Amino acid sequence: MSTSVTDPSSSQKWIAGTLVIAYALITIAPLIWIFMTGFKTPPDSISYPPKVVFEPSLEGYVNLFTTRTRLSEAELQALPAPDNFADEIVRNRGMVIVGPSRFGERFLNSVIIGFGSTFLSIFLGTLAAYAFSRFKIPFTDDLMFFILSTRMMPPIAVAIPIFLMYRELGLSDTHLGMILLYTAVNISLAVWLLKGFIDEIPREYEEAALIDGYTRFQAFYKVVLPQAATGIASTAIFCLIFAWNEYAFAVLLTSGTAQTAPPFIPTIIGIGGLDWPAVAAGATVFLLPVMIFTIMLRKHLLRGITFGAVRK
Amino acid sequence: MTDTPIDKAARATPRRVARVIKGVSDRTIAWIFVAPTIFLLLAINIFPLIWTINLSLTNYRANRVNREVDYIGLRNYERILTDTDIWLSMQATAHFLVWTIVLQVLIGFTLAWLINRKFKGNDLWTTIIVLPMMLSPAVVGNFWTFLYQPQIGLFNYVVSFFSGVDPSSFEMLGSVTLAPWSIVIVDTWMWTPFVMLICLAGLRSIPDYIYEAAEIDRASKWRQFWTITVPMVLPFLMLAVLFRGIENFKMFDLVVQLTGGGPGSITELASINLKREAFEKWRTGYSSAFAIILFVTVFGLASIYVKALNKVKER
Repeated sequence: MSTSVTDPSSSQKWIAGTLVIAYALITIAPLIWIFMTGFKTPPDSISYPPKVVFEPSLEGYVNLFTTRTRLSEAELQALPAPDNFADEIVRNRGMVIVGPSRFGERFLNSVIIGFGSTFLSIFLGTLAAYAFSRFKIPFTDDLMFFILSTRMMPPIAVAIPIFLMYRELGLSDTHLGMILLYTAVNISLAVWLLKGFIDEIPREYEEAALIDGYTRFQAFYKVVLPQAATGIASTAIFCLIFAWNEYAFAVLLTSGTAQTAPPFIPTIIGIGGLDWPAVAAGATVFLLPVMIFTIMLRKHLLRGITFGAVRK
Repeated sequence: MTDTPIDKAARATPRRVARVIKGVSDRTIAWIFVAPTIFLLLAINIFPLIWTINLSLTNYRANRVNREVDYIGLRNYERILTDTDIWLSMQATAHFLVWTIVLQVLIGFTLAWLINRKFKGNDLWTTIIVLPMMLSPAVVGNFWTFLYQPQIGLFNYVVSFFSGVDPSSFEMLGSVTLAPWSIVIVDTWMWTPFVMLICLAGLRSIPDYIYEAAEIDRASKWRQFWTITVPMVLPFLMLAVLFRGIENFKMFDLVVQLTGGGPGSITELASINLKREAFEKWRTGYSSAFAIILFVTVFGLASIYVKALNKVKER
């Protein structure tokens, strides 16, 4: 332990720690509440006072993934015994499962559009970032600023002409349309972050490769890309999270085939009022991957959220 | 020599093509690499922007395709600048913007300063605090409507637990006085960690020897805080404010899910108003003009701010 004069005293550390932990607990409480509500029964979820201790149930998750219909007592009696736990839960509410819900499809759309646009933005972004980092391009600063400025437009403002344009081109409510749109939004982040990462790779490595008889393409592919792998991976996760979370374009430009999960989750409605456990279950399934990614990314987080303006 | 797929590909490349690739100058490569990005941005950002400017001069309505479109000059702009609804939404945006930034700066800086006391386990708690920031605002906003329910909601219950107020006596989302605060609270919950992280980077960039020198000069801790810590973190803090300012000026998803602009239009921020004009009333020309005004406002304010930021950095 160093005993520098600038080191905080142990009582100071203790007070600071307590305050920060208190704030962290307040921050995490709503997220824990979402998680817990997903395992409540609908009556438990709306009880007063709110129930902290309850008997866990999978009803929320069953309701999230299925569509159900209500039957009369006589009709229920006539049915054969339930053959799995999901059936049993639903029967207890006087209903039967008639098929899967649309949540699965919407979730899959989020995956397809998220990964598609991430791949495309990273592919194009890496090429552009390499060029901006290594070659003398006229007006580099202006071009880089132009790329960044596209991020300042309110999404709704661009949405009007894009809505019209997509209607003309038949891209409304298609996966391709959404992938292209999210790529255009994400590419500014990708170019800015990746340029920072590539700038940090010494030029000497490539120059040595060029002298060894590699072409530019080979030097780029074999020397620069492996060196930039961590940077590319964390940039990719940022692009993925953005596309995953996006709502404004999704709600305006998709309605069926290509609708992603964020506009869908708030529309989950049970019989007789909002089915909060199902909404919470959907939110949990949707938010959990992002939380895991955030924890994985924590070293690069600051860089990512500030477009590389602050590097630790 | 190793036999990677690239070597194989290189050997399989016909000689003429290979010669062409080898002969490609760096300048050509640069343009080949940059062109797709620029093209995509032109097609999906700049072309729409120019189209918006064009639409803003017309009385076009996107739900009536066959109606004749007339150019009406700057009439849309005139009407927007004299429209009380628009001014109310700008006021709501300003209220939201100022309060979220004030709260996030105060709480975020304090937290960063406390975390920088380097107590045991600060990394773990920092990671936990950061979580809300990366989540989907629409999904989170939707869930907060549940937390804000009178009686059954966690928020009201916790408030009543500490203050003794009856949990069903107030409705965060339904009341004209409380609704603007309900969106400020959720945004602060979500984005304080952003300001905190940037401040933390600022605090960590201050070298220890400056404090050691101050200590030798017998400067009080209080004086050290105001003459070393604050000025050195200021550029970082201003950067955080810039990001939050731009983001919250555009705010849409979180608030749409929380209040939908209600009750009445008390929390109808500029973006929500714009969405209503464009996609519910279908006044395409009119809303395009509004979009342009918003864009110019953000862009203008951001440029002025960046100039100020650079001045602070130079000091």
